[in-house]
Amino acid sequence: MKQSLWLAFDLKTRIFIALLALAIVIVPASALLTAPGSALNIPVYAIALMGKYLCYALLAVALDLVWGYCGILSLGHGAFFALGGYAMGMYLMRQIGARGAYGNPILPDFMVFLNINSLPVTWWGFQHFPYAMFMVLFVPGLLAFGFGWLAFRSRVTGVYLSIITQALTYALLLAFFRNAMGFGGNNGLTDFKDILGFKIDALGTRILLFCASALALALGVILARLVVTSKFGKVLIAIRDAESRVRFLGYRVENYKLFVFTISAMMAGVAGALYVPQVGIINPGEFAPQNSIEAVIWVAVGGRGTLVGAALGAILVNFGKTWFTGALPEYWLFVLGALFVLVTLFLPDGILGIFKRRQRPQVTVDPVGEAQHGDA
Amino acid sequence: MSVSRRSLLRSSVAMLGAVSLNSKFAFAADGPIKIGILHSLSGTMAISETTLKDVMLMLIAAQNAKGGVLGRKLEAVVVDPASNWPLFAEKARELISKDGVSAIFGCWTSVSRKSVLPVVKELDSILFYPVQYEGQESERNVFYTGAAPNQQAIPAVDYLMSKDGGSVKRWVLAGTDYVYPRTTNKILEAYLKLKGVAQEDILINYTPFGQSDWQTIVSDIKKFGSAGKKTAVVSTINGDANVPFYKELGNQGIKATDIPVVAFSVGEEELSGMDTKPLVGHLAAWNYFESVDTPINKAFIAQWHAYTKNPKRTTNDPMEAAMIGFSMWVKAVEKANSFKPDDVIDAIIGVSVPNLTGGTATMMPNHHITKPVLIGEIQADGQIDTVWQTPGTVVAQEWSPYLPESKDLISDWRKPLSCGNLNVKTGHCG
Amino acid sequence: MHWLRLLALWVAIAILPQNAFAEGPDTALARFAQHNFMESAKAVRELASDQWSGAGAVLAALSDNRLYYDAASKVIYFKDEKGTLHTARDGLPAAGIDVATLSPVHLNNAVRSALEDAKGSMTMVSADPVQRLSGAKDAFRAHDPAALPAITAELAKETDPEVKLALQQAQAAIIAASVDAPIAQRLDAIKVVQARGDDLALSVLSAIGNNAQGEVKTAALAATANLQATAAIWANVQNVYYGLSLGSVLLLAAIGLAITFGVMGVINMAHGEMVMLGAYTTYIVQQWLRAYRPEWFDASLFIAIPLAFLVTGFIGVIIERTIIRFLYGRPLETLLATFGLSLVLQQAVRTIFGADNRNVGAPHFMSGIFHLGGLSVTYGRMWIILFSILVFLGLQMLLRATSFGLKMRAVTQNRRMASAMGIDTNKIDALAFGLGSGIAGIAGVALSQLDNVSPNLGQSYIIDSFMVVVFGGVGNLWGTLVAAMSLGVANKILEPFVGAVLGKILILICIILFIQRRPRGLFALKGRAVES
Repeated sequence: MKQSLWLAFDLKTRIFIALLALAIVIVPASALLTAPGSALNIPVYAIALMGKYLCYALLAVALDLVWGYCGILSLGHGAFFALGGYAMGMYLMRQIGARGAYGNPILPDFMVFLNINSLPVTWWGFQHFPYAMFMVLFVPGLLAFGFGWLAFRSRVTGVYLSIITQALTYALLLAFFRNAMGFGGNNGLTDFKDILGFKIDALGTRILLFCASALALALGVILARLVVTSKFGKVLIAIRDAESRVRFLGYRVENYKLFVFTISAMMAGVAGALYVPQVGIINPGEFAPQNSIEAVIWVAVGGRGTLVGAALGAILVNFGKTWFTGALPEYWLFVLGALFVLVTLFLPDGILGIFKRRQRPQVTVDPVGEAQHGDA
Repeated sequence: MSVSRRSLLRSSVAMLGAVSLNSKFAFAADGPIKIGILHSLSGTMAISETTLKDVMLMLIAAQNAKGGVLGRKLEAVVVDPASNWPLFAEKARELISKDGVSAIFGCWTSVSRKSVLPVVKELDSILFYPVQYEGQESERNVFYTGAAPNQQAIPAVDYLMSKDGGSVKRWVLAGTDYVYPRTTNKILEAYLKLKGVAQEDILINYTPFGQSDWQTIVSDIKKFGSAGKKTAVVSTINGDANVPFYKELGNQGIKATDIPVVAFSVGEEELSGMDTKPLVGHLAAWNYFESVDTPINKAFIAQWHAYTKNPKRTTNDPMEAAMIGFSMWVKAVEKANSFKPDDVIDAIIGVSVPNLTGGTATMMPNHHITKPVLIGEIQADGQIDTVWQTPGTVVAQEWSPYLPESKDLISDWRKPLSCGNLNVKTGHCG
Repeated sequence: MHWLRLLALWVAIAILPQNAFAEGPDTALARFAQHNFMESAKAVRELASDQWSGAGAVLAALSDNRLYYDAASKVIYFKDEKGTLHTARDGLPAAGIDVATLSPVHLNNAVRSALEDAKGSMTMVSADPVQRLSGAKDAFRAHDPAALPAITAELAKETDPEVKLALQQAQAAIIAASVDAPIAQRLDAIKVVQARGDDLALSVLSAIGNNAQGEVKTAALAATANLQATAAIWANVQNVYYGLSLGSVLLLAAIGLAITFGVMGVINMAHGEMVMLGAYTTYIVQQWLRAYRPEWFDASLFIAIPLAFLVTGFIGVIIERTIIRFLYGRPLETLLATFGLSLVLQQAVRTIFGADNRNVGAPHFMSGIFHLGGLSVTYGRMWIILFSILVFLGLQMLLRATSFGLKMRAVTQNRRMASAMGIDTNKIDALAFGLGSGIAGIAGVALSQLDNVSPNLGQSYIIDSFMVVVFGGVGNLWGTLVAAMSLGVANKILEPFVGAVLGKILILICIILFIQRRPRGLFALKGRAVES
């Protein structure tokens, strides 16, 4: 039974990765080789937009890894995403150099303005791309490790865990809003100029960023698949379905959870780092608990515990959001809200669940309830 | 298996094609000219921004009734950036690239403007920004029709220091912790010290967005005010937090005759959501009040009531700023005889249009406009009654002369200078 | 402007020599026509110290924006409360004059201050001791040296001990600041003012400390320091009170969630929107009363409370029947569905009522402040604290002492067993969700008195509400009470030291760490009930 399920998913994963590979080829080709305005040309704004969706998709995959396979419903994954974004944003800020409004070669404009006279320690080294990339992984990873170490060892589970992850991102939201923190306060970091010496608004840079996002998503899906299909992954699924039993069998449940939670946070950090140069701004709003809840919804819409479904859900919901905020600016929330309600009611396994059910109509998994009350 | 892969592929190509098709007709020769309206219709900022969307729709409809501009009809493209700052940038890009709008009217918060800024610069479009803000910015593609700090904050403080305003000697600068209050308070602090106010007579307090429990802060203000010197509060508290703030003031019995509060972000629209009886006498500083008694304002209010079919709907300062921005754009387009942003940017400097307070607003080379400053007191009916106003209009100081980092900077977008941050000491632009 | 009406009445019946003031009211009245606030304020002061019988009516008209002048002839008119125009000088109806041709006399704070001072000096001589007391208090607030003779004269006549004390304090405030008075007298006066001991006394004394010289300065500074020391002690008590007040708001916001989330296990993200709907119900009730029964306005909250309960409770039942009941046992999916629902409800309210704030007024008993020693207690906050406790106790009663409560607890603890015992679990589920939503609606009525009534109202409370319920221990109402109050007090104790934002961040970190120590909150349910 497990074997056939895996095969079904494998097909989807392969299709998905193939599609991403195709996008990496088609998008640059279309943007560079065809004339703007022709039917085959993908306009610049669409590239940035699709790049953004791919970053969200990576966040969704990261979230699905912990929620779908380990039963950890994080309502604070937006925090890891935003931290990765801030690390990238700090690199981009340092690249502005003396081109800011006040012309200070070292300090970003907002620091000049806030009378911060020397670069805070937290900003040291961010002019170096490798260091910034290291921090993109390290900061979310460290936070997830520290948080998980505390939470999983004391066996905080279910809704308690969800609510304290929400408290975590909410606390970070408030902290980053403070101008005294030295991260730009409410305005955040913006007005970026170059990345690695390339102009950030050049078509070539946009295409590269898009390709990098697609690549990161593909790698993320592959990595997550490797994790969940390994022996390690089997234990994760077992933890999701019956945590206490796994513990009684002698497994150190908290270590498994901690590992997967940290990996997932780092994936979210990468997603955030790729997101920032494409949207051109990072600010504390990304820490809003609302955003994290929305990410959970993408996963649910696409199909929890499928990885590919999560990515698909993120892309579809965000595409819908883009479309509806333009087409039905005053009513799009009705559509979005109704979509969430209807998906939960009628597609408990998400969009990918439609296919799954067709193949195996009798499968009814209720891992949530188990994870919820697993401490029997 | 291969079938499904191919069909998926086909549909995704079709989807992309559909997206790109839209842009083809953007600059069609004699269709309507599109105007982008970029105001949040949902989320936290909808409370303020929805009105501006309505005003813009009204102005565009009225312009079309007059035959449009240069013989072309105008068409509003409304989108909802949902109080989400990255979404502002995305929607701005969509408006310019996909819909091909000739100008964007939008944004409210500074962060939304900062988010849109790189996009309008990159795509060389125009943004009209209708809200009072912190200054310290001047961009080629942005026209600021709201007040800079010297067009709002400094005259308000001057008034309170005068005999008419109560000869205030002690100051509480209370604001929400973001750029606008921080800058305004920094400028005011420097200004007050210049006027001989001692450091211990200035109390600066910042609160987070949406602060709803003001008990401690209001009682601190009360305490600060009981030092035997006339005390006033200068409030740069952001929209949402104002209602609980004023309710707490009323509850703790702080009357305007004891400790007046002058606010820069509270207008008629915010007051319509409050019981203003306990607030009578507290002040607001703006460049327009609904109560201003001029024929042009009466006509505007009548037009607004007719358009919204609501005879009680208030008007406010950002609405006037939006109206001025739109009139200026129309006039600049007619002057340039072109809808192209580049031509409009060149033509609009020096354009003058009537404002609603009986004077004229002129677009200056720094891309800010001239404005009269009005100080008013809140009345029991929710209106604001002018108690003092500048004799003429005031030119915006986009770079504040009171701050060390910007005192040498000027901006002038006329050719050949064309610079937003020229350092007059070094002669360098940027 | 209740006092002015009384005053006008009194002035009208008082038997006083007309026009005792040398120049008569004409000079004073003419000042109103000068379109200058300073002149208007001067006119108010002159009219107040003048014994002219028409002063009351003119000042009352001025403070109600009913005073007009003719720009050409400089004649002053006022409208009475019925809207009839009178000439100010003789009080006779001014027939044939169109108000539209006249200019209103505008007010600013300087004029309003003068009016308040006038109120003090004029009501001080009222026949009613309550009026006299308020007049004497105003005289203290104004401590206008010009009023000293009048105060001394009244003091000689006064018999009511309370009024007498207030007058003595007013007199002392003036003497203490007067450079002409003998030093010894000023020192005594400082003691009298210090004995009053409130903010106003502090303000008077510190002004003297700033301006006076020598012995008086020393005494004033010592008195100021003394008052400040006392105030510092009271400030701690005050902080705890503020904390309880914040706690009561948190309790109200969270208590409905303690039912839907805590007891029923539904992660109800639409809870905040139920609070919002309760607040909008209050708005509708007030709008209706304003239009049809303005005299019942003070009762608006009493009408709104049951109505809000019914409206939101009914909506809650509908939500339960159409959505939630399909999701029992899948609590995390209730999160998604109710989140979608909250978006829909917010946007619906935005479409119907508009995105801006709605004006919900405070009835009389909700406004004002009183002092308890050095503690200032605002009526609004006090009633809300009491109300939150009342709601809490009522809910406890309902759950502990009624058959519905028993059934509800049975169903949430063991659904199958309860069903086997013949309880209609469907009905109980629906009613329980309705109860939680209804209580959220009641909370909305209370919050409408403190916060914005806008579509975003619920959003600002939802996270805090979840924190409170989880911190207190899911499924335990007492836990919710203790959690709300302790979070409120902790927040307010931290606020003066680290500021509002950092205080809140620290509290959140504490909650996160606390959950590590006690993974099931403050008051964890024990026994098998937890696992079911």
